[in-house]
Amino acid sequence: MFSALYTYASPQAFYPLAGRMIPWFASAAVLFAAAGLYVGFFVAPTDATQGEAYRIIFLHVPAAWMSMFLYLVMAGWAGLGLVLNTRLSGMMASALAPTGAMFTFLALWSGALWGRPTWGTYWVWDARLTSELILLFLYLGFIALKEAIEDPRRADRASAILALVGVVNVPIIYFSVQWWNTLHQGASVSLTAAPKMAATMLAGMLLMALAAWMYSIAISLARVRAIILERERDAAWVKEAAA
Amino acid sequence: MNWGSLAEFAAMGGYAPFVWGSYGVAALSIAVEIALLLRRIKKVRRAAVRVALA
Repeated sequence: MFSALYTYASPQAFYPLAGRMIPWFASAAVLFAAAGLYVGFFVAPTDATQGEAYRIIFLHVPAAWMSMFLYLVMAGWAGLGLVLNTRLSGMMASALAPTGAMFTFLALWSGALWGRPTWGTYWVWDARLTSELILLFLYLGFIALKEAIEDPRRADRASAILALVGVVNVPIIYFSVQWWNTLHQGASVSLTAAPKMAATMLAGMLLMALAAWMYSIAISLARVRAIILERERDAAWVKEAAA
Repeated sequence: MNWGSLAEFAAMGGYAPFVWGSYGVAALSIAVEIALLLRRIKKVRRAAVRVALA
């Protein structure tokens, strides 16, 4: 099994494998999103206190989960590249950053539009909102640093350090609602306690979270393929594949 | 079923701007991300062919 991992750590071997996986993950994303939206809008009942405004949850929570999770995966790849000096690791980290930034933006955006009718404001400098905004800046800083350094291997190393330092922000986001008693509510779902919401609401949220996962995998694989071609343009196998 | 009519669905109990503003921007963001990536793939494919033929 480990020999297989080593084989696919080479961009040349990973390129066709990634290409074969994309349609499966993309189709799964579409199916999960369709099911999640159906449950979220047509099956889950109206919330007793928030009315229909709560339906933003089916977008907001999966986007927020994904924004944190993708950062950890990105930093993991970046750290792996730093330690093992493998080419593909830095490419994987680069491929994840834009999608992570997009989900962070969506979490903030949908949160603002949810905050207005329920809290009476689009934005407060609440601990969770602020640390999520910092997460967006970390993603953008990571992307900007990569772009700023011409030599891709040096760019990988420098941005890996930035990514790893930024990891400290993720537990801050996650636990912010426990550490500081501010406006954002506590966790709605936890592995240790019974969910504080109707089963259909939970189902809609989890389906949308699965859709976000599948989408992230599909788009990151497609992006890493583009990055592989960009970086290995002069390699014999790319010339063969292109010609 | 939560909605008596299409208009009711669209109105989202008076929260239409917030609900559709969230989902609309999400759909747009995903569309933009995919479009940018497709453009990038097209560009790099062309460049790879150029290198291969050179």
